[in-house]
Amino acid sequence: MFSKFKKKETIMALILIAPSVIGLLIFYIIPFIWMIIYSFFDSPINGKFVGIQNYIGLLGNNAYKQAVANTAIFTGISVPLIIILSLLLSMLLNKKIRFSHEFRTAFIVPLVVPVASVIIFFELLFDYRGFLNRILDFFNIAPIDWMNSSYAMIAVITIYIWKNVGYNIILFLAGLQGIPKEYYEAASMDGAGPAAKFFHITLVYLMPTTFFVIIISIINSFKVFREVYLLAGDYPHQSIYMLQHYMNNAFRKLDYHKLVTSAILMTLVIYIFVFILFKVQKRINDAIGN
Amino acid sequence: MGRINAKITTAILIALALLMLFPLMLTVTNSFMSSREINDNYTSYDEEDKGKFFSIKLIPNSVTLRQYYDVLIAKHKFLRMFWNSVFVVLPIVAGQVIISSMAAFVFAKLNFRGRDFLFFIYIIIMMMPFQVTLVPNYITLDKLGLIDKYSSIIFPGVFGAFGVFLLRQFMMTIPNECIEAAKVDGCSLIQIFFKIILPLSKGGIASQAILSFIDNANMVEQPLIFLKDANKYPLSIYLSRINNAELGIAFAAGIIYMLPMLLMFLYGENYLVEGISHSVIDEGVEKGEYI
Repeated sequence: MFSKFKKKETIMALILIAPSVIGLLIFYIIPFIWMIIYSFFDSPINGKFVGIQNYIGLLGNNAYKQAVANTAIFTGISVPLIIILSLLLSMLLNKKIRFSHEFRTAFIVPLVVPVASVIIFFELLFDYRGFLNRILDFFNIAPIDWMNSSYAMIAVITIYIWKNVGYNIILFLAGLQGIPKEYYEAASMDGAGPAAKFFHITLVYLMPTTFFVIIISIINSFKVFREVYLLAGDYPHQSIYMLQHYMNNAFRKLDYHKLVTSAILMTLVIYIFVFILFKVQKRINDAIGN
Repeated sequence: MGRINAKITTAILIALALLMLFPLMLTVTNSFMSSREINDNYTSYDEEDKGKFFSIKLIPNSVTLRQYYDVLIAKHKFLRMFWNSVFVVLPIVAGQVIISSMAAFVFAKLNFRGRDFLFFIYIIIMMMPFQVTLVPNYITLDKLGLIDKYSSIIFPGVFGAFGVFLLRQFMMTIPNECIEAAKVDGCSLIQIFFKIILPLSKGGIASQAILSFIDNANMVEQPLIFLKDANKYPLSIYLSRINNAELGIAFAAGIIYMLPMLLMFLYGENYLVEGISHSVIDEGVEKGEYI
């Protein structure tokens, strides 16, 4: 047991946590509550209560539906893909090979490079006359208009993976190094093959890491908007028109209803997702513990 | 593992590492090319050139520092925007480190009612995309009359939730015995924070500072929405705008811009890796029960 509760120390603890909590309240939480209330009125000043009318209007909006679908497709493809890739890469890097530290560095570097300073490379890469089409041409494949067709999604996923795979590799490497070697040795004695070891030891003990990697990958998938914005501007090809574009444009047009309601719905989805993830994680952790 | 196996692994890794570094290598080498050579390589659309593709060239015909001269000396705009970035990014990083290390200590090592719920709110806010938090931010900034001032970008950045999260995870790994021992020696809470927690969290704080520096140096949306005066824009916006018009200096501008972050990374790579590695949410870690 730890020592007893002391009044003086409680005050000190409050002083330590206060700046962060107060800042969060002022800039995030209180205005957010205000925003929720406002979403049920037709105008911010002296508005009339309209119930869920604003939400119904939003859900009927075609641009919004398109943006939701695209965001779901992007997250649904890119997050599993980056997790599989980073897991495979970290398993390779975890082997005893020469220069593994240098390899790791190579995969992390894109994380620290500002997007704006290399975005020009990606513009040249995906241009109609760009590097990729030059390579395709070499193999006698007709050029693809990457940024102005549904292939644009591939460009976005490529940039996302390039930029973020290093972060996940660091996390998975830490997870892999946390698995005791004895587990593998014991499994070998029992005659387990590499596949059995992977599924019954590696994957199982990487679970806590994997949950965290999922959260971080989703956070980073929202940030990819920056790259898309730099690459394609306010109105990119419709296949990569994301929720963030929709909200940015709603902000520019001062269309607060659409902005506020879509922000609230997105928060709701994130909240439900995190909640489920934590529940599942707890259940699996308990199962491993037993 | 067999030797052949190891060779195959190494070969795959070399290929992938080169692929990851290729955008950087191209930007570096192209920054030493003359504008003319760049225009030749990436000619703009014109009728005669139909069907011609850009050339992928890593070695300049003749090395020149002309791009760097143009960016640093001939174009005053670049330097002004560079300072704009500094004025925005440094206060955010400094403020975030101070405020979030204090809060993270309380979350990691002290027990109080509602702690886990409060921390859950931090996680939700941390996960929100900028476009979602932009609305609440704007409401407050507008009420406080801060729109079009640097503080409109600095404040929401300083109070961001990610720093608290990262450092809390890091501080969870500090053994409670250290704190108990200090208490027995008569240290107050503040003394414990300064003498034990902060020194032991050096890696986490360095990693948070690097991540926050990179993230904020990269900002695009906040200045566009909160700043009306284009003269106040940071370098990140300037870079996103020169790309098409002035291809001839874009590479050097990009290199100069990424240099501070690359140097920070080369110096603090191990801290960065350590900080990120510790951030995994693992409830198996013993929770602090100081109070």
